[in-house]
Amino acid sequence: MSDIDKKGDRYIVAKLFLGAVGMFAFAMFLMPPFYNLLCSVLDINSPRLNTKAYVAEQVKIDTTRKVKVQFVTVNSASMPWEFHAGDTVLEVHPGESTRTTFHARNPTDHRMVAQAVPSIVPEQAVEHFHKTECFCFTQQTLEPGQEIDMPVVFIVDQALPADIRTITLGYTLFDVTDSAKTPAPAAKTDKKP
Amino acid sequence: MAHGPAKGLSRWLFATNHKDIGSMYLWFSFAMFILGGAFAMVIRAELFKPGLQLVQPEFFNQMTTMHGLVMVFGAIMPSFVGLANWMIPLMIGAPDMALPRMNNFSFWLLPFAFCILASTLFMPGGAPNFGWTFYAPLSTTYAPPSVTFFIFAVHVMGASSIMGSINIIATVLNLRAPGMTLMKMPLFVWTWLITAFLLIAVMPVLAGAVTMMLMDIHFGTSFFSAAGGGDPVLFQHVFWFFGHPEVYIIILPAFGVVSEIIPTFSRKPLFGYSSMVYATASIAFLSFIVWAHHMYVVGMPVAGEMYFMIATMLIAVPTGVKVFNWVTTMFRGSITFETPMLFCIAFIVLFTTGGFSGLMLSLAPSDFQYHDSYFVVAHFHYVMVAGAVFSMSAAVYYWLPKWTGRMYSEAMGKTHFWISFIGFNLTFFPQHFVGLAGMPRRIPDYNLIFADWNMVSSIGAFIYGSSQILFLFNVIRTIVAGKPNAAAKTWDGATGLEWTVPSPAPFHTFSVPPQVK
Amino acid sequence: MHSKAKRLLSLLLGPVLLLTAHASAWADLADRSTVNMSPGVTLLGKDIYDLHMLVIWISVGIGIVVFALMFYSLIAHRKSLGHQAEHWHEHLGAELAWTIIPFFILAFMAWPAIKTLLKVYDTDEPEMNVVVTGYQWKWKYEYLGQTPADSVSFFSNLATPRAEIEGKQPKSEFYLLEVDEPIHIPVHTKVRFLITGNDVIHSWWVPELAVKKDAIPGIVNEAWTKAEKVGIYRGQCAELCGKDHGFMPIVVVVEEKADYDKWLSGKKAEARKLRELMAQSFSKEEMIAKGEKVYTNTCMACHGAKGEGGVGKPIAGSKVATGAIEEHLNVVVNGRPGTAMQAFGGILNELDIAAVVTYQRNAFGNNMGDSLQAVDVAKFKSKK
Repeated sequence: MSDIDKKGDRYIVAKLFLGAVGMFAFAMFLMPPFYNLLCSVLDINSPRLNTKAYVAEQVKIDTTRKVKVQFVTVNSASMPWEFHAGDTVLEVHPGESTRTTFHARNPTDHRMVAQAVPSIVPEQAVEHFHKTECFCFTQQTLEPGQEIDMPVVFIVDQALPADIRTITLGYTLFDVTDSAKTPAPAAKTDKKP
Repeated sequence: MAHGPAKGLSRWLFATNHKDIGSMYLWFSFAMFILGGAFAMVIRAELFKPGLQLVQPEFFNQMTTMHGLVMVFGAIMPSFVGLANWMIPLMIGAPDMALPRMNNFSFWLLPFAFCILASTLFMPGGAPNFGWTFYAPLSTTYAPPSVTFFIFAVHVMGASSIMGSINIIATVLNLRAPGMTLMKMPLFVWTWLITAFLLIAVMPVLAGAVTMMLMDIHFGTSFFSAAGGGDPVLFQHVFWFFGHPEVYIIILPAFGVVSEIIPTFSRKPLFGYSSMVYATASIAFLSFIVWAHHMYVVGMPVAGEMYFMIATMLIAVPTGVKVFNWVTTMFRGSITFETPMLFCIAFIVLFTTGGFSGLMLSLAPSDFQYHDSYFVVAHFHYVMVAGAVFSMSAAVYYWLPKWTGRMYSEAMGKTHFWISFIGFNLTFFPQHFVGLAGMPRRIPDYNLIFADWNMVSSIGAFIYGSSQILFLFNVIRTIVAGKPNAAAKTWDGATGLEWTVPSPAPFHTFSVPPQVK
Repeated sequence: MHSKAKRLLSLLLGPVLLLTAHASAWADLADRSTVNMSPGVTLLGKDIYDLHMLVIWISVGIGIVVFALMFYSLIAHRKSLGHQAEHWHEHLGAELAWTIIPFFILAFMAWPAIKTLLKVYDTDEPEMNVVVTGYQWKWKYEYLGQTPADSVSFFSNLATPRAEIEGKQPKSEFYLLEVDEPIHIPVHTKVRFLITGNDVIHSWWVPELAVKKDAIPGIVNEAWTKAEKVGIYRGQCAELCGKDHGFMPIVVVVEEKADYDKWLSGKKAEARKLRELMAQSFSKEEMIAKGEKVYTNTCMACHGAKGEGGVGKPIAGSKVATGAIEEHLNVVVNGRPGTAMQAFGGILNELDIAAVVTYQRNAFGNNMGDSLQAVDVAKFKSKK
């Protein structure tokens, strides 16, 4: 083996090694954000998109058609809260801003923090369903026995394809008491005796 | 460079010779094959009849997980790395691998990694039990404590694979004998070159996936946990971005082996050499853009399903080209049926069968019925066992005389082949039926309507499993008492540089590069 | 046909049956094909089945051509016959042909596949919705009503006895495919399933209804079916979800609309009652006081004023009254068949049963300290 071979080896090894490191970085640091991007572009129904509120534009209300919006609530494992939708189904006009509430109660004897994760089907509705206000944007803290009515304000935009007549908005409530970094102060609004 | 191997243990511990390291890889992978096979025997024994007889569901899940991990990462992959170590320098006229010390390191990482993995069986909470695909959150929030050791083991074996691949690429690109242009390389070298690039591209992705798991488990991140704004489906995307190319990492070198052996025993050059190279490259490329066909039922948008379906179907084209080329190679040849050839013919028939079931699985609407059923189990064993393992058996018989300078027993080899062939088909063909009839995979117990075929499958598995003992016996008998065969060229139809060196291949070969015309 | 003979036949003819069998509905498992996919009882399932058979036949056709050529060579071009090898190793035309022709074959398959796929995804205009939630290791079904109070939900658990699994008792026909409470849906009705997971990923699969969808925590997926035939259809969880992945079956009862409505209103009444009882919450002391009255009226005649026994067994210090509360409740609700102890489940209301059990465990020197509420009794009864 000549020196040239050795030099050639070193060069190739360095390049390949960098390639491997690059692929690792790709998987760790690019794939998750890239997946978010894909989800928002392709309307993939993913909890990763539960980020920010929609800023409502001035829109005309389309009174010629109605869309059924269903609400589904699910408790994740080991989540003892009572959690249900105030309305199971609402009929709304596209463009109309609608408010509904979800009810939660902490029946345990300790303070708990919860995070709600929304999910929307059918997938074609994802990009047309907007939440201007949602309890899922922040964590919810409830004292023992405390109850709360949590608001959601949403708009279905007019661009919703005409063949979609039912949209389902599901919320899964997760117990994040242990991982909540800074326990939010207990919810003050809508407190019931 | 005239000295021989070191004496005793240090010959192996500090081995830098490609032949020694190749042998160690081969023995290690065979040991893992037996271990993974033992796990499979536990699975098939439990599934022999309905009801829970031998093991509890927790342990059953550990067995399916460990069987998959050990077979994929411990048996099949290292066996082809071993073959590459032995054969690539001999085939391209190189004196050794380009990076002998790294070669040593990448081998010795493997026993270390698998000791860790095997030790999880004895840990509190048991071994990993979430399947070899380890979907989150079953493998994160709900995993046994041993998952951390599993992650560490995956990191170590990944590092080993990456180093092994770097070594192979450096060897192929830099150490070819004068005149050995890329398009003159034996197809085995070509398939390994492409495989090595695939490995470097996707093993780090696997490392990324398990690192994200590790962080979710121990450092409070939420890559895959919906509660913290993560998505369990993201795990599957990352995993299969690695997992699909991984499938081709396993099968491409097998294609290479078959492309060496069939021309030898047909006494006719390989048909369509360049289209074989292009087909291999196309398969490698396509493997990166089809991963989500493993995830048709996770709730993807319909456009995504369609894209992944069409892209997956396209793989049938280059794969078909390969099969047609092999068949045409045999056409109008002068064929004999030595053991390696028998395994290769079986490879073509059974791998093509696996290809057909793969085509069926690629169709998203039908996959809604096939997905996660035994049909999938049947499919991937047709390509993994009849594809990779059969071709590996063929390779061992084919080059064993070169490695040892002794001839194996043809009668025993053929017996091994026929028992394997019958056992294999008895095991896996009925799994198509139970899968279509509605039996999900990874279940320790089942309804009586699945009972008959499961019993057939278990009987087949015991036959196939025991045939490997005959294989081991034949190999050992060849090494210690085989008929000496010192001819450089064992097979009259063989071509290639490896058949120009004496048998057994001396410790150092091609110290002076041969001239390739 | 005798089942043994039938099994033997299917074993022998398996490969042939795969290609010819037309599985009928497997409401009766014995009729279910053991070698091939079932077309099921939906139009979509039939489409999927047809696509499946189309691809099988195309594969068989290609396989016959390729393998026939190969075996011809293996037979005719053997060295032992003295066949001399030729030396050509390229043919542009052939290579182009077998690269290009497959594209057309694939397109021929892709077309019906895409059409069927679009149908799978057509979840529009469902007549009803059921929320399906996967748990380790059971399913929860929720029928969405107009208001939360109008909704019905229940769990569906494996009903196969442990003794059958452990081989201490012969296995029944629906071994591992039987649940305590199946899901009911009406026939000829488009039903949309909203599928989600509680803990890990599960997958809801009923082959005969042509539905399989992952149940993922934090994500709601949708799938639909429209069964065209009344019957009971069985499936299983398809995604590895931990220890009892193999023991969480799915049973779907497809019935006439009227039967379904009757079933649903029954479930709603049950749910209403449960809610009412839920509201009747009393302290342990109150329950003991109530229970004493019930005991005096109902139990004392046989078990004695001090629980010392008589016709009935003693309660003071008895194994039942000082053992697991679940078993105690079981004895009161279901009685002891073959003895004078009758089943009080249909005689006393839930509140009275809860009270009397609480009383018995905290009187006559029994000092268990535990108590029951009416709702616990209702839940216990509904579990059967």
